[in-house]
Amino acid sequence: MDSIAAFFTENSAAIRDSIITFGGILVGLSIVLIVAEKLLINYGICEIDINAQEKVLEVDGGQTLLSALYENKVFIPAACGGQGSCGHCKITVLEGGGPVLPTETPHLGRKEVRAGVRLACQVKVRENILIRVPEELLNVKLFTSTVAGTRSLTYDIKEISFSLIEPAEISHRPGQYVQIQAPSSDGPVFRAYSISSPTYEKNSVELNVRLVPNGIGSTYLHNLEEGDEAIFTGPYGEFRLNEDPSVEIICVGGGCGMAPMKNIIYSIYDQWPDRSCWLFFGCRTTKDVFYLDELNQLSRKHPNFHVVYALSDPLPPGETWDGETGFIHLSADKYLEEGVRRQAFLCGPPPMIEAATRVLKEKGIAPDDIFYDKF
Amino acid sequence: MTTLIIIVAAIFTNNILLASFLGMCSFLACSAKIETALGLGAAVIFVMTCTTAINYGIYYGVLVENAPLLKTDLTYLQFIIFIAVIAAFVQFVEMFVERFSPALYHALGIFLPLITVNCAILGASLFMIIRRYSLAQSVGFGFGGGVGWALAITLMAGLRQKMGYSHIPKPFQGVAIIMIITGVMAMAFMGFAGMVSIQ
Repeated sequence: MDSIAAFFTENSAAIRDSIITFGGILVGLSIVLIVAEKLLINYGICEIDINAQEKVLEVDGGQTLLSALYENKVFIPAACGGQGSCGHCKITVLEGGGPVLPTETPHLGRKEVRAGVRLACQVKVRENILIRVPEELLNVKLFTSTVAGTRSLTYDIKEISFSLIEPAEISHRPGQYVQIQAPSSDGPVFRAYSISSPTYEKNSVELNVRLVPNGIGSTYLHNLEEGDEAIFTGPYGEFRLNEDPSVEIICVGGGCGMAPMKNIIYSIYDQWPDRSCWLFFGCRTTKDVFYLDELNQLSRKHPNFHVVYALSDPLPPGETWDGETGFIHLSADKYLEEGVRRQAFLCGPPPMIEAATRVLKEKGIAPDDIFYDKF
Repeated sequence: MTTLIIIVAAIFTNNILLASFLGMCSFLACSAKIETALGLGAAVIFVMTCTTAINYGIYYGVLVENAPLLKTDLTYLQFIIFIAVIAAFVQFVEMFVERFSPALYHALGIFLPLITVNCAILGASLFMIIRRYSLAQSVGFGFGGGVGWALAITLMAGLRQKMGYSHIPKPFQGVAIIMIITGVMAMAFMGFAGMVSIQ
């Protein structure tokens, strides 16, 4: 101990000088950096002009366009939470967005770049910005709700319904989706789910959620219990139902692709009880079948509604199945006749959608009348 | 005159990358495209020139024995202080680039902050101490070293862009062929040896 104490007394001047020098230099460097940050990073207040003066926001410069808009209650869909990986947050920047960044190019086509389309999560607000946002997105709201009930539909799909608190009503088109806010280790993230409740149920939103192993959104949703609070934004989506009742509606879905189909079907029969509609639903085994009883009941009430479920895996011994077998596009090919005016909604895994699209085109449906959502 | 010789020597005969093999990490990672290579090269030139000047001032103004500001010998602090200065300076450059060239900022990505741990930058500051350069010589060496590094990475990027069209045997693909080319380039640069020489 003595030798250590002696060392410190002998070298006290050197130790003091070292500390002063080192500390002084670090403090000096920090001051320089702070001043530089004030001068370089500070962009002051910037104006965001939406749709030619329709809405003008004043925001702090330096942040991303997505978060600046979010703060001002303009909810642009962004499933990945602003990492630039989902490409959903496309908006048109007419003036003041700077050059297109390398992080955006994978999501933008040549035409889009020429039109000024950018990813809102990558564009930083550094000056006054002029943007164009689809009218619909300006109507998107942030909803708070409580879980009204949950029900297991299959071993991995749950039906969860939320009753809205603020705002108390939602108005959406059949087939649109909401983005649920789920907590994660890197702060809240948003995950998109189609609304499965029909459009005339204005005070609640129901979702079909498949549990994805290690999925942030689905794990969170599957663990929700009655009475829990949940936050989501919406409605989003490009599905647009043809209002002409003579047009036949074709729904092709698989797994939790049932959600938008259920919404579309119930909304149709609320409005047009005699409209013709086909539902083709693909499952692997009998374990994946859900909503079949409810839909059969509906088809007894509305004779122009046809339900076709098909199992793609061979039936195990001991089980019975009186529906179709094989992939779902084969059933569609079998039942649909050519030359009828139709509109189609597809929702399911990409190979299913590609196969079904091919069949539907052969049946004479124009590509513009086929809406799909791959996941 | 000696400063000019040092600049030329640092670029050609004593190229910090090809003769001392310093700064290999970002050299390997950022040499895929000429544009990015030029951008990073420019950043290295700038950082190296400025940090040698600042470090020279700190070393001879504060750290050496009987320095004008402090009499105690604190040269043992040189490593940590040089690194602190480089880190702070790179932060500054980062802010600067982000403000005035967002495209370059995103193209360089993680490699801009990685200049901090680019050993070529620290190497330049340490060489200037070991070789007892004057201020002008030090700044010249920093500038020349940066230009030499930028030259090497730009040449490599050019070669790699051409290499996209050639058939490389499987075992040599990727980093392996780049290391081999770097070695060949280093030997080629030895051809400059007769031009000028420093230690």
